[in-house]
Amino acid sequence: MPAPTAAAPPPASIEVRGLTKSYGDHRVLRGIDLTVPRGTVFALLGPNGAGKTTLVRALATLQPFDGGTARVEGRDVRTQPAAVRGLIGLTGQYASVDELLTGEENLVMVGRLLHLGRARARRRAAELLDRFDLTAAARRQTRTYSGGMRRRLDLAASLMASPPVVFLDEPTTGLDPRSRRTMWDVVRAMVADGTTVLLTTQYLEEADRLADRIAVLHGGRVATEGTAAELKAQVGRERVTLTLARPADLPAAARLLRAADPQADPADGTLSLPLHRTDDLRALLNALADARLPVTAVRITAPTLDDVFFAVTAPAELETAR
Amino acid sequence: MTTVSQAVTPERISPINTIQHGLIATSRSLLRLRSNPAEIIGLTFQPLMFVALFVFVFGQALMGSWQDYRDFVLPGIIVQMVAFATIGTGMTLFTDIDKGIFDRFRSLPIARSAPLIGAVLGDLVRYVLSLVVILVVGFLIGFRPPGGVVGTLAGAGVVLIFALALCWIWVYLGLIAKTAMTLQMYAMTLMFPLTFGGSTFVSPEQMPDWMAWFASVNPVTSVTDTVRGLMLGGPVAGPFAMTLLWSAAIAVVFFPLAVRAYVRRT
Repeated sequence: MPAPTAAAPPPASIEVRGLTKSYGDHRVLRGIDLTVPRGTVFALLGPNGAGKTTLVRALATLQPFDGGTARVEGRDVRTQPAAVRGLIGLTGQYASVDELLTGEENLVMVGRLLHLGRARARRRAAELLDRFDLTAAARRQTRTYSGGMRRRLDLAASLMASPPVVFLDEPTTGLDPRSRRTMWDVVRAMVADGTTVLLTTQYLEEADRLADRIAVLHGGRVATEGTAAELKAQVGRERVTLTLARPADLPAAARLLRAADPQADPADGTLSLPLHRTDDLRALLNALADARLPVTAVRITAPTLDDVFFAVTAPAELETAR
Repeated sequence: MTTVSQAVTPERISPINTIQHGLIATSRSLLRLRSNPAEIIGLTFQPLMFVALFVFVFGQALMGSWQDYRDFVLPGIIVQMVAFATIGTGMTLFTDIDKGIFDRFRSLPIARSAPLIGAVLGDLVRYVLSLVVILVVGFLIGFRPPGGVVGTLAGAGVVLIFALALCWIWVYLGLIAKTAMTLQMYAMTLMFPLTFGGSTFVSPEQMPDWMAWFASVNPVTSVTDTVRGLMLGGPVAGPFAMTLLWSAAIAVVFFPLAVRAYVRRT
């Protein structure tokens, strides 16, 4: 995205500073800081009970919070909740559609509550039903919809007013793989239109595929934050695993490459070492070939968000030590 | 598509907007009624059954003539059935909140009370429906109130005023109830004494003193006596004043309680 002035940082759509929330003695959010640039997807990743939903509900004005500040498009969530509600769309964990109404009626009702007027509400509803592949089911009661259809209708309802900011609380939880992919396409299309999306998810793949930036929430704090690549780099770099033709060559190969800090696995007959640059791979294979230590397979493994997730969320001691 | 919000984003929501939002939420309730024929059957059958049971089972025994009892009891059944219908308002609300549809409303820039007002106004249609069923059944079995059409309509109006106040108790209970079972229990323990311990089915003069006292302060007695006065003839002013007083008192206490419970409920 070309910036008007090279040095200016992109304007923030959502800004959270030191947000705290407790339920009695239970401190759900212990000081959250987040900045979501306009027109980007930000994923909140975390295990169950990490406070993802509480944070989204607080930002969507549904849940009062104890301390800190939160601004959406420059409006203070605490002091200007009505203005914030005019700027956001929210799709919760459970599709909030009226089961006895048809898909179209659901959307038109929301549109009219948003002062679109009957005719414009109808037009906008038709537009969104078409975009979310629901036109054929538009006149059916939503209780006959599948989980994926409901979720799409719910998202369509949050988009009736074309809000600049959309919150998605676990948008694909419980959906089958096909519906999940449809949902991803929908989110990508929204962002392509300039919408800012804050989503929560338990699925690492989802965050990896959709989000520009990811924050891992753990124990009510942002445990780590960055792009998917940055987070992966935190836990390590790519590794190459070489399978030798003759397992007996393993000690010789390890000696040859000892400068690269190899790890030998005699059970598999493999040698694994960190890969700093792709060029290293050629040098590595050449060296082994020159020493007549033939290699039958080469596998390169990149760290996944799983590695990040487990590295960040696993040790409970870490939390109490802070 | 642009990223500019098309919605009106007022800092404060005017009373006119509140009414407008309430009416839109009302049309939702009507659409729901249309899509749920089972509920219409339920709303029609219950009044029908009550008229038949009371007039033909107790009529002869209580007044020596089922025709006399029919005229006496029909205004009472109207009050009871409409009062029962107000429970449904709380039940619907409870399910709505349970299913998350109210999260949608609450994240929209609309008046906080609009979904509640909508639920109540929408249910007014259901109250009218049970009322009409009783009057039609009454007419078929020979109920010809001396008050005529005017008296009958006026009586119906009084019942609806009371129902519009009473339903806020159910809105409130529907919002604070943890389970549907609790709500059902509230309904039984509150509505049975109220609707039977009054002038609904027999004159309080035939009750023991303590029960007659309860009946005399029971708002249902005031409403029933007003409706009876309007439809059959008799004093209206006294019981009507009491009805208005009770309705105002219930609304003044439970409307704010309900709105507060609604805003707090997360």
